[in-house]
Amino acid sequence: MFPKGTKRKFSDSREEPVAGGEDVNQSSLAAVRMLSSYSLQRQSLLDMSLIKLQLCHMLVEPNLCRSVLIANTVRQIQEEMTQDGTWQIMTQALSAANAAAQCSADRLVATEVLCRQTEAAQGEQVPKPFPVVGSEGCPAKEVLEEEAAAAEVGMTMSTVSPQAPTSYLPGTFGMDPCWEEEETGEDDDDEEEEEDSEECGSGSEGEERERDSLVEDTRTAEQVFGTFEIKNPAPSPDPALEELFSDVDASYYDLDTVLTGMQSVPKMGPYDLLESLSSHGPSPLSSSTSCRSDLNELDHIMEIIVGS
Amino acid sequence: MAGVAGGNDFQWCFSQVKGAIDEDVAEADIISTVEFNHSGELLATGDKGGRVVIFQHEQECKNRPNLRGEYNVYSTFQSHEPEFDYLKSLEIEEKINKIRWLPQQNSAHFLLSTNDKTIKLWKIGERDKRAEGYNLKDEDGRLRDPFRITSLRVPVLMPMDLMVEASPRRVFANAHTYHINSISVNSDHQTYLSADDLRINLWHLEITDRSFNIKPANMEELTEVITAAECHPNQCNVFVYSSSKGTIRLCDMRTAALCDSHTKFFEEPEDPSSRSFFSEIISSISDVKFSHSGRYMMTRDYLSVKVWDLNMENRPVETYQVHEYLRSKLCSLYENDCIFDKFECCWNGSDSAIMTGSYNNFFRMFDRNTRKDITLEASRESSKPRATLKPRKVSTGGKRKKDEISVDSLDFNKKILHTAWHPKENVIAVAATNNLYIFQDKIN
Repeated sequence: MFPKGTKRKFSDSREEPVAGGEDVNQSSLAAVRMLSSYSLQRQSLLDMSLIKLQLCHMLVEPNLCRSVLIANTVRQIQEEMTQDGTWQIMTQALSAANAAAQCSADRLVATEVLCRQTEAAQGEQVPKPFPVVGSEGCPAKEVLEEEAAAAEVGMTMSTVSPQAPTSYLPGTFGMDPCWEEEETGEDDDDEEEEEDSEECGSGSEGEERERDSLVEDTRTAEQVFGTFEIKNPAPSPDPALEELFSDVDASYYDLDTVLTGMQSVPKMGPYDLLESLSSHGPSPLSSSTSCRSDLNELDHIMEIIVGS
Repeated sequence: MAGVAGGNDFQWCFSQVKGAIDEDVAEADIISTVEFNHSGELLATGDKGGRVVIFQHEQECKNRPNLRGEYNVYSTFQSHEPEFDYLKSLEIEEKINKIRWLPQQNSAHFLLSTNDKTIKLWKIGERDKRAEGYNLKDEDGRLRDPFRITSLRVPVLMPMDLMVEASPRRVFANAHTYHINSISVNSDHQTYLSADDLRINLWHLEITDRSFNIKPANMEELTEVITAAECHPNQCNVFVYSSSKGTIRLCDMRTAALCDSHTKFFEEPEDPSSRSFFSEIISSISDVKFSHSGRYMMTRDYLSVKVWDLNMENRPVETYQVHEYLRSKLCSLYENDCIFDKFECCWNGSDSAIMTGSYNNFFRMFDRNTRKDITLEASRESSKPRATLKPRKVSTGGKRKKDEISVDSLDFNKKILHTAWHPKENVIAVAATNNLYIFQDKIN
């Protein structure tokens, strides 16, 4: 289903630490040598957890309890790795790798959930990135090739650099106003942008989750938290691939979506929902127009369904 | 020691098994909930295909007083259908998550059944009479030509074959954003609660378009979800809900409308020596049940069952290990997702024993008085009528004795998640994937 990835370098070099590294992975080799068996185990657990979070999108809404437990496990590992310094090494390795490969639009962002565990993280300048399985700089010894490829293609990592004009508010899943320019800067996200734009909008602070419309949460949260999309280093993605994934909703790879599924407003009829959708507040600048057309389409579909 | 468990020294024997024998299990046939009604006369099961099957206890056979009657199919109906949520582009499973019976108030039986999103109140009624001799229509229902009617007669009620009809009386929908994990009928018999991951709704049985929202937890930090909820059996203002972090909150609806503020908070301090990355996951409570007396409650987490005294919040009064031998296998169980399996637990009628399921079609019973425990298996091999069940044992390393099974040989696909104990008698119903086993205590 997913094409093979190309990101096995790090794990290979990890297996042969003395082989000398590729330029990209120089700094990561140092990290590699420090890994003990416990760290390897911990890392594989982290990788496994991330895969579980990302691959739990099926036709049926994901099990929230399971997702929350996995996310908590990831956070726990991340905390520990931060404390013993491994995390910073990973960060450096990854940003080195990314810098070599990409424009500034590529950034790693930790989701709100993942970086919120310590208050320090809030004020920290450098947000905590986390490695995504299969990308360079990420040891993935126990991860099957297939899974790595799957993770790679299906997900992007985008970091937030705090210096960027984008501001992300450590709100929660969709509760805070959206973030502005992160998405526009990412050139490879065009395809997902289209789908993302289906659900735009912002939540006003304090608005209860169940009153938030479908539109607002996932995309807003996605923008706030970044997505699990792997940056495709090639500037022009394979058109066949694009077509293959054209109907894949990238929101599924959003931690927020993972944890909560898409939101629907309880106890509202279809028309109420659509009204709230279309009357929703300022949406991210870049996607408001396509958002509106998608809303109209949705409106149209709902009318047919309801048989008005 | 064979067959001994419980203060009364139960001897569990096979009674019946329902369901297909095929090795190939149809997904829709997997039983997802089992529940006796309040008298024990009826036993309801729900499956992944959205169907409810109700079994009725036949009267004991006079010729053979040693044999308790059997459970036979009483009614089958399709409770929930698969739906598609167009706005989320997600399917809504028709799997029945829970069935709860209402106390019987007239000749009909009522039960609540729920899938992930919608709760339905079903009336199961019997009809054993039929009116015959209508004036305006024939016996086969065709309308008679009015001009041909020359005399008037009074329709007469004639006996007919018993027909059991299930009809939906209420549908409680659109009140849950997340997946419903529990429903519980209140002791006032007028209200019930339904719980999903983040919200508990209080409903009135008569009112389907409104529910009283008892939303807990700060939405900002989603690190904990509700895993189960239950109404107190006697006090209609009290309910408890359990969380994925292994805590239980008891709420009194008289003091607060929102259950953010709990009346009591039950949590056992963590043992630092056994801390691992999986500690939180295995502490997640999958089921909570009040004792019939209302004085205790029982919680099931991944490896153990704990009995709590409602008057003591800082630790349980009893802890029973269900399958401690799995503790060293947690990583594999995490990998294959088994660590997220939600096992249920149940009390016997007198609250002296508790039962819960495990893997390999094993289920465990604990006697609270004698502290004895027993492991039994629901399998076709031990399905001879009235055959006493042989206790099973899992060898925990070292030498494996004969008849013991090693941890690595356990079949983790054969899990017993749902069990039920007859409220008055020693009859238990155990759901093993697509089969329902009924076991009885040998009388005399």
